[in-house]
Amino acid sequence: MNYQFEFGWLAEYYPQIVKGIGITVELIAVGAVAGISLGIFCAWVRALGPAWLKPIIALYVELIRNTPFLIQIFFIFFGLPSLGPQLSELQAANVAMVVNLGAYSCEIIRAGIQATPKGQFEAGASLAMTRFETFRHVVLVPSLQRIWPALSSQVVIVMLGSAVVSQIAAEDLTFAANFIQSRTFRAFEAYIVSTTVYLALAVLLRQVLAMVGGLIFPRRAVP
Amino acid sequence: MIEFTIWDILRNLLLATRWTIVLSLVSFIGGGIVGLVLLFLRVSKRQWSRSLAKYYIELFQGTPLLMQLFIAFFGLGLFGIDVPAWLAAGLALIFWSAAFLGEIWRGCVEAIAKGQWEAAASLGMGRLQQMRYVILPQAMKIAVPPTVGFSVQVIKGTALTSIIGFVELSKAGTVVTNATFQPFTVYGLVALIYFALCWPLSWSSQILERKLNVAHRNY
Repeated sequence: MNYQFEFGWLAEYYPQIVKGIGITVELIAVGAVAGISLGIFCAWVRALGPAWLKPIIALYVELIRNTPFLIQIFFIFFGLPSLGPQLSELQAANVAMVVNLGAYSCEIIRAGIQATPKGQFEAGASLAMTRFETFRHVVLVPSLQRIWPALSSQVVIVMLGSAVVSQIAAEDLTFAANFIQSRTFRAFEAYIVSTTVYLALAVLLRQVLAMVGGLIFPRRAVP
Repeated sequence: MIEFTIWDILRNLLLATRWTIVLSLVSFIGGGIVGLVLLFLRVSKRQWSRSLAKYYIELFQGTPLLMQLFIAFFGLGLFGIDVPAWLAAGLALIFWSAAFLGEIWRGCVEAIAKGQWEAAASLGMGRLQQMRYVILPQAMKIAVPPTVGFSVQVIKGTALTSIIGFVELSKAGTVVTNATFQPFTVYGLVALIYFALCWPLSWSSQILERKLNVAHRNY
């Protein structure tokens, strides 16, 4: 192998990479907050909600979980405009990530809700709380705490999956890498650099999520 | 302008689905073999082999599959090999699935009570024999549902190989869209085909899990 590695382009192109990191971080921040909120709602419907809504949510969850993220994003960006809404690349990327994480986190959170001992629901009912109040004040937080590690992993997986949004020209980190390799013909180096950044982001994101977990759930887990 | 019927579109997509299935099978089986090696490294008594496997898994689970594909595609080329897309796709997917399968199976092996290891050791079995005759047969039972579940991830992972130019279902979807200008129909159909491939697997994984895990459910 007589290949000379060459990282000199970093000096010229690092603003692109920084901008790409910014977009990736923005995507996962919005995706995580909105996606988990959507997931909580869907999990509530599937575990305790009105019967007529259950099959709709189940269909949504199964459809998203059994199709590739790439196709979802293509469908949202290229397919949906024929029905009306024309989204920009970033909007489409955001929507796709929220919809995707919503479905996965729904299943994870539902598992947490279903692991709640029956006595918790009965305790809520005995305090004259409605079913929703019991869910909100008694069940939700311990349920989230139970599945927080699984949910964190899923957020990291979705962050790594966000590399795909470069395919609809949303200017994330992968887009920056593609851009740089097409300008400098230093494909291998560009992808090594961006991969390293992704690895660092994944490690960092895991720490942030662990910290957030520590803030939301200061007390010890209820079994 | 040529008119395309739904059947024209579907026929072309289904033809490309072959390659999605072939690539998924290759990745899953290859990933299983490498994953098994990783599993043995991961549960070994030697510190260096455990950390080696740990860092391997960390690396492949901490970076996007798309980046792994790019690096396989452009990186192998550095050795002067002319890399066809299918080779880069196959290799990247094999090593990627190995990382996940190895980690899933490690969990299953560690779920086996320690007494089983000790019982096997007390019969004078070596480490490999303990794994082969005592631990793995029990661990396999727990491993089936998550392994089947992961096969869905592999099928979905193959969609990314379209980006480095391997022509499978997703790539065919893009090509057909460019010919027909009907993205809604085409990507809708592509999604449905993926769904038809993945859903039976997800479903059987759930059923298997319920069958093998009755004792642990609350309600």
